[in-house]
Amino acid sequence: MTEEIIIAGFGGQGVLSMGKIMAYSGVMQDMEVSWMPSYGPEMRGGTANVIVIISSERISSPIIKRFDTAIILNQQSLDKFESSIKPGGVLIYDSNGITRHPERKDITIYSVDATEEASRMNSPKTFNMIVLGGFLKVKPIVKLDNVIKGLKKSLPERYHNLIPMNENALTRGMEIITEVQKAK
Amino acid sequence: MEKELRLMKGNEAVAEAAIRAGVDGYFGYPITPQTEIIEYLMEANPSQTTGMVVLQAESEIAAINMVYGGAACGKKVMTSSSSPGISLKQEGITYIAGAELPCLIVNVVRGGPGLGTIQPAQSDYFQSVKGGGHGDYHLIVLAPASVQEMADFVDLGFELAFKYRNPVLMLSDGAIGQMMEKVYLSPQKERSKVFPDWATTGKPATRERNIITSLDLDPNGQELFNRKLVAKYDKIREKEVRYEEFQCEDAEYLLVAYGTSARVCQKSVQLAREQGIRVGLLRPITLFPFPTKRINELADRVKGILSVEMSAGQMVEDVLLAANGKVPVWHFGRMGGIVTTPEEVIENLKSKIIGG
Repeated sequence: MTEEIIIAGFGGQGVLSMGKIMAYSGVMQDMEVSWMPSYGPEMRGGTANVIVIISSERISSPIIKRFDTAIILNQQSLDKFESSIKPGGVLIYDSNGITRHPERKDITIYSVDATEEASRMNSPKTFNMIVLGGFLKVKPIVKLDNVIKGLKKSLPERYHNLIPMNENALTRGMEIITEVQKAK
Repeated sequence: MEKELRLMKGNEAVAEAAIRAGVDGYFGYPITPQTEIIEYLMEANPSQTTGMVVLQAESEIAAINMVYGGAACGKKVMTSSSSPGISLKQEGITYIAGAELPCLIVNVVRGGPGLGTIQPAQSDYFQSVKGGGHGDYHLIVLAPASVQEMADFVDLGFELAFKYRNPVLMLSDGAIGQMMEKVYLSPQKERSKVFPDWATTGKPATRERNIITSLDLDPNGQELFNRKLVAKYDKIREKEVRYEEFQCEDAEYLLVAYGTSARVCQKSVQLAREQGIRVGLLRPITLFPFPTKRINELADRVKGILSVEMSAGQMVEDVLLAANGKVPVWHFGRMGGIVTTPEEVIENLKSKIIGG
């Protein structure tokens, strides 16, 4: 099993940390992982993206151009990465702020309205955990308790009181993710 | 003792491995994309635990000369930088090589020339294996292709440096430095309390003065010393070649790549074989000494070799020398901070070697 994922959005949306938690969860489940951020100029206020690979085998290239799953959190990233999803792959996106919706017919598309849900839950910072929850619903490659273990590993101890809130957000994400289109 | 599992960036792994290896001193100056090394060390503050000195020097030149001084005293000392900073260190590096001192230098390469870019590249190959500074000398050059190897090569680097009294360069790049992978860390080693007999540790009455220098004004003496170095490098060439092979057994075509490019090429091998093209990969782990002999052997069995490197074509010269005209050898690589994709490698293999 190898899952090649790109997560892309604005800097500050928690793109890199979502990837980090995903990678940690993979480690907790005894899998091989790589986390390759796009760093440098792109981090300073612009778009941010990270490639996460979780695999039961040794990972070859950590830098790839074709993905099994794209998690897209803004319009620029949708424009940039929609064409990079493998045929039959998965696109997960938050429609908030999206003006041109995805057009590919050969991929399965899900929407997760995490921005809206995070503000309804009154915890905008758990936005990325809602999205991650949605991802785990459609691609259950890591178990939820390993994600919680991963959270504990990647969060400094002083924030461990926030774990229940994050767990809640993950569960909520699993509930609200909706299939928009099946791959043709 | 069991190894500890962590998820870390390559740069962080170097820093943690240095503490655990019982390094006496790190001297550096920040530069992207390797600043996490000094950041991590400063935060870990090992002077309170192992007694390791971590110092931000006033410049790269100062840092390498601090390494020179520490190494002359027989201490385990290191520095790290990225391409422009490594250029600044070259004077110190050739002096250290000339004085035959052990140390570890880490280069997390970014694109050049000049200030270039902060994105990953492999354009410092010539500088690393063909000199860099002046004079007839070689560094032992280790090329990690994973976060694990960035950690492991700290220990290996010091082992080789002390064994041969020779500076060792870890030639990484911005991609491996910045990415996170699983890494198994060795248990903490004690810092050494005994020093080599050549070290300048203060002259006791029982022995002659130890002298560390790279200067000999007598040409006969200097030539004798040059011959000694040549003999040492020959021994290193004979004993320390390291490489890894992927699916070379039945390969019709061979890729040669190190570091990040080698990771990309592993994927290319996989994808090419799905298309029915039998491709193998040879990954040099030591760039000096280079796996010349092995490439020459493989050249008897394959139809062509593609050297893949994020540069305008540097390692390809050593691959050409190794293949020695037996088969066509070509270079492919992106530059300027762009990482080659696995698909591009296959396209170039097809256009330059298979169809060429």
